[in-house]
Amino acid sequence: MSELNLRELHNTEFPVPNDLQSNVAITSLSKIYNWSRRSSMWPLLFGLACCAIEMIATAASRYDLSRFGMEVLRGSPRQSDLMIVSGTVTKKMVVPIVRLYNQMPEPKYVLAMGACASGGGPFKEGYNVVSGIDKYVPVDVYVPGCPPTPQALLFGLIALQKKIDGQSLANFDDVPWYGVGPSEAVPVPVLGPDIIDPRQMELIRRAAEAAVEGQPIGKREAPKRQEAAAPAKQAAVAKTADSADGEAVAADGDIDPKKARLMKKREEMLARKRAREAAKKAQG
Amino acid sequence: MVDQTADAPQEQVEHLTDSEATVRYLTEKFPDVVKADEREGFEGVVIDRDHLLEVAQVIRDELGYDYLSSATAVDYLGISDHLEMVYHAYRTTGGSALNFKAQTPRENAELPSLIDVWPGVDFQEREAWDLFGIRFDGHPNLKRILMWEGFHGHPMRKDWHEAYYEQDTKPYDSRWPGGDVLRTEELNVFGKNVSYPADIDLSRLNDESEDALYSGLGLGVDIQELDEGSELKTDRLVVNLGPHHPSTHGVFRMIVTLNGETVETLEPVMGYLHRNHEKIGERNTFLHNMPFTDRLDYICSMSNNHGYALAVEQLLSRGARYQPPTYRAEVIRVLMVELTRIVNHYWAIGFLLNDLGAFFTPALYLIAEREKILDFFEATAGSRMMCNYMRFGGVFKDIPERIHSVANLMNDQVRDFNTMQYLDELINERIPRSIEELDQYLTENEIIKARTQGVGYLPPEMAVAYSAAGPLLRASGVPYDVRRADPYSIYDELDFDVAVRYNGDIYDRYLLRIDEMRESARILQQILPRLERTMGEPIFAGNKQHTPRVPVGEAYGRVENPKGELGYYVVSEGDEKGPQNPWRYHVRAPSFINLTVLGQMCKGHKVADVVAILGSIDIVLGETDR
Amino acid sequence: MAEGGFGYGLGILKGMGVTFKHFVNTYAADIGYLLNMYSDRPGSGTKFETRQGLKARGMYTVEYPDEKLAVPERFRFVPFLIVEDYDHEERPGHDWCTSCGICAKVCPPQCIWIVRGTNPETGRPKPEPEAFFIDIDICMNCGYCAEFCPFDAIKMDHDYELASYDRTTNHIFDKQKLSKEFRYWRTIAPTTAVEEMEARGGWEHTDVIKARKKAEKAGGKAAAKSKPKAAPKAEVKPAADAAPAAPAPVAEAPVPEDDPNIDPKKARLMKKRAEMLARKEARKKNK
Ligand code: SF4
Ligand code: SF4
Ligand code: SF4
Repeated sequence: MSELNLRELHNTEFPVPNDLQSNVAITSLSKIYNWSRRSSMWPLLFGLACCAIEMIATAASRYDLSRFGMEVLRGSPRQSDLMIVSGTVTKKMVVPIVRLYNQMPEPKYVLAMGACASGGGPFKEGYNVVSGIDKYVPVDVYVPGCPPTPQALLFGLIALQKKIDGQSLANFDDVPWYGVGPSEAVPVPVLGPDIIDPRQMELIRRAAEAAVEGQPIGKREAPKRQEAAAPAKQAAVAKTADSADGEAVAADGDIDPKKARLMKKREEMLARKRAREAAKKAQG
Repeated sequence: MVDQTADAPQEQVEHLTDSEATVRYLTEKFPDVVKADEREGFEGVVIDRDHLLEVAQVIRDELGYDYLSSATAVDYLGISDHLEMVYHAYRTTGGSALNFKAQTPRENAELPSLIDVWPGVDFQEREAWDLFGIRFDGHPNLKRILMWEGFHGHPMRKDWHEAYYEQDTKPYDSRWPGGDVLRTEELNVFGKNVSYPADIDLSRLNDESEDALYSGLGLGVDIQELDEGSELKTDRLVVNLGPHHPSTHGVFRMIVTLNGETVETLEPVMGYLHRNHEKIGERNTFLHNMPFTDRLDYICSMSNNHGYALAVEQLLSRGARYQPPTYRAEVIRVLMVELTRIVNHYWAIGFLLNDLGAFFTPALYLIAEREKILDFFEATAGSRMMCNYMRFGGVFKDIPERIHSVANLMNDQVRDFNTMQYLDELINERIPRSIEELDQYLTENEIIKARTQGVGYLPPEMAVAYSAAGPLLRASGVPYDVRRADPYSIYDELDFDVAVRYNGDIYDRYLLRIDEMRESARILQQILPRLERTMGEPIFAGNKQHTPRVPVGEAYGRVENPKGELGYYVVSEGDEKGPQNPWRYHVRAPSFINLTVLGQMCKGHKVADVVAILGSIDIVLGETDR
Repeated sequence: MAEGGFGYGLGILKGMGVTFKHFVNTYAADIGYLLNMYSDRPGSGTKFETRQGLKARGMYTVEYPDEKLAVPERFRFVPFLIVEDYDHEERPGHDWCTSCGICAKVCPPQCIWIVRGTNPETGRPKPEPEAFFIDIDICMNCGYCAEFCPFDAIKMDHDYELASYDRTTNHIFDKQKLSKEFRYWRTIAPTTAVEEMEARGGWEHTDVIKARKKAEKAGGKAAAKSKPKAAPKAEVKPAADAAPAAPAPVAEAPVPEDDPNIDPKKARLMKKRAEMLARKEARKKNK
């Protein structure tokens, strides 16, 4: 990547004589366009949590992002092409992130680094944590790991480069930013009683209307398990508890509390189911 | 606000060195107000809330507990149905902590604020308000600190359930034996981690958190007026730094009022990385929390582990059949922790220089040095950053014989070293050399001196009053180091000095970090022979358990983290309240509490210095916001 | 603040000296290495030592996609499940996991889902997972599952190259995706594998070893008459006869159910006993 390698650019349709291959390249516009784009991705200088430390380590001399033309970490979103979401996205932080994303010029890419940015990560159950940045802005590449090592991140960046290579100038779906008008901004979430995605306003309104009276915090839905499998498995679980065959259950303590828990769970589930049905009726 | 604590009547308390004597003194002095905490496994005193302020004065002035380390709330819902504020105070001259508590009913919870006695309690009281909903009477700026203004409920209360709530305690029943996999968001109508109160008012929906933030600043600046003023006002400006700002070391935000270039007030705004560590920690089992502590101060995972292990071991030690860690385990722990200290100071200095404008060159050199230590961590614990290495009663695994990687299809650059040799070389050559080089590189640099000397001055009394800890405290001339003041592990048999500097400015904090690295290297040099001597000895006294029986009680385990005193307050309520789960799990995070004094330190300096001052405190957001 | 006069700037110069040293060292190391490059076999470890070891001076870069830094044995990324080698004689592809559920319990973010297998005839649990999922968008790579699994059935993988363009379909790893042959574990972690082997008492799965021991005992006692020879090491005696006949062996419990020498009733009893023992062992280990 460090030096210009003309062979990379050859287009197979028009063969170039072998001895000229390192001096001449016949290529398509798309290819050269993509090649320049992917070799000068400027990431937004932007760290959220633990993964950011690994991102910095990746940028440092041992792994060296500049081999990919990415060493120019810009502080301003206006000058950057790539947002590396490196760390846990909290509800409080997602507001500025969406703003930053909107401020980035097209073409822009988002790389979700680490389990947290991809899907919530170990802190997913927390009340202030967003289950993956892709709930708000589109993500191009996911890099799992907690944290991904610098090499894993580099692998992700190379995957992004490959994605760019695959885009074609001839196809407007690939390069929508040459279409008409500016690209649409992602609506910035609102911090109300909980975070509110403006795209879901209608849904929230409807759910609020259908909410069960007196139920303090509303909206949870019963599990949408795979229809056929669910009852069977539920039954299996119940059976293991019921059959009460000494050894099997003894391993995890007494039977009774478990049974009680199960029953409670079932009750809860039923309650939720009812709530869902109510919600559905309201929707339909 | 800051009282002289040095002239507290020392002679009077001379005989009251241990906490029992203190408890007796207090209970005798305030017979109806102060009671010894009689609950099983608990210690210290419970103070009647109407007299809390009065007793706190006595604790500070008469008994000499001049440093309030930690203040946190506990919700005893279902046990005694009250909220409780737990304070740990101690003397900067050394000794163990005095633990005092105040209780309030859960409805209309209210307690007097201790901010006039120990100003360092500021953020911690705000946190208790935010997460537990305890009002602090007399707090000048009581508003949410981690969540945003307008958030529904006080999430750390036991009866408050998050959107993804599944069960009170882990392990969840849905995982085994009938583990139907699903993503939790599938259980939510909105497909997101959200739940709204039933009475959500959607008619006037706009983001009020920002307005609330500014209007609540109490800066004496009217934003509206600044906005509306017809003529251009140049004298006073409100500048917002962050949360996305290269200098804030993460997602931290400061709102600065400027007069020209000079800072008049500074208000830290945090919570942008509030990952609900404590709420999750109370669902977790004791063991589950260990890898979560890695992610607090993610540069020093080893020492975070250590503090937590100490806290839980304190609890465990009250039960039967507890065996303390073996000597070798302690030696390995200290080895890891001191290496971590060096790693952290590399990082801190590198990024302080970044903030001063030496963009990345020093940081790059130091990161390269850091990688050498990380290689060892990776080979021993399995991860470069998230070591998850300590266990209750020992460590995960002994250090490997060889730092060894395997050539297979994926890998080209293999390594194969003898670990002891590697350590020997690392500790005796590489680290001391890199410290010397760093010293040579930066210490005499005139530009650095000009930027840092006399900037961000923090007087010692103020440092103590504001509960500053770690390098921040010691650079102001207070030689307080938990490793010496309240020794744990094998520190009392190791020979090292507590580094201390007296000017209290950025430059001294930098110098102090270099001193500390030297001391750490010294400790490590004493550790090496011990490591060799104990070779082959077990690293675990008992058996490694994943669900140890933790007796009822409370424990406060603290260690000297590279960033300051890291404390874990852990309460176990025994089996019926969740078989293996802590009832309360609180982290006294040095980065968080050190920020309390940031506003004071920045006053009167230029706005460009704010960045440097923040860099010199050395914060990590994972720990600040938790 | 500024000292002014003659000495001013010396500190800066000194610092720049350090920078210069780094600069020179980096090139010197490069040149020195180039000269020796060809004497250096790949995989010998010398390259790492000279370029990135403690003696190395100057800066060094791992040119990632072209050369990769090998990870140490204990390195942990996403977990994987061990299955018997696919060309294993008796139990090819058999899960080592007995679906005891311990990993799901110790997993801090609770990202492991296990469906315990049931024997369709008896409706009772059998030591084999029916399904096994790990959500790698939650997994914190902590290594607890591998550390506490009493059967050495789940291990931390070294493959970190997992980036993908989509997470909805492929970030919940199922059993098929998680399963890797035992020999893979032996290649990526030879030393650890040996340690574990010693703890287990053989290269086979704990159950197999135990069953073998048991069978040896039982064989010595009851069926001494017809047993031709004692089981050689690293080979499971009892199921050996049955395995070729049944290509996908039932072998959930390695007790000789179809061994003609033992009557079925007794076999069932023995099997039950073995299961119980295994569970007991597991419990003991946890304690
Ligand atoms: S994925 Fe892991 S390392 Fe990365 S931010 Fe989340 S918790 Fe931290
Ligand atoms: S602990 Fe091991 S044997 Fe038990 S369910 Fe998990 S992987 Fe399977
Ligand atoms: S590595 Fe840790 S988080 Fe991941 S599956 Fe195993 S126990 Fe769970």
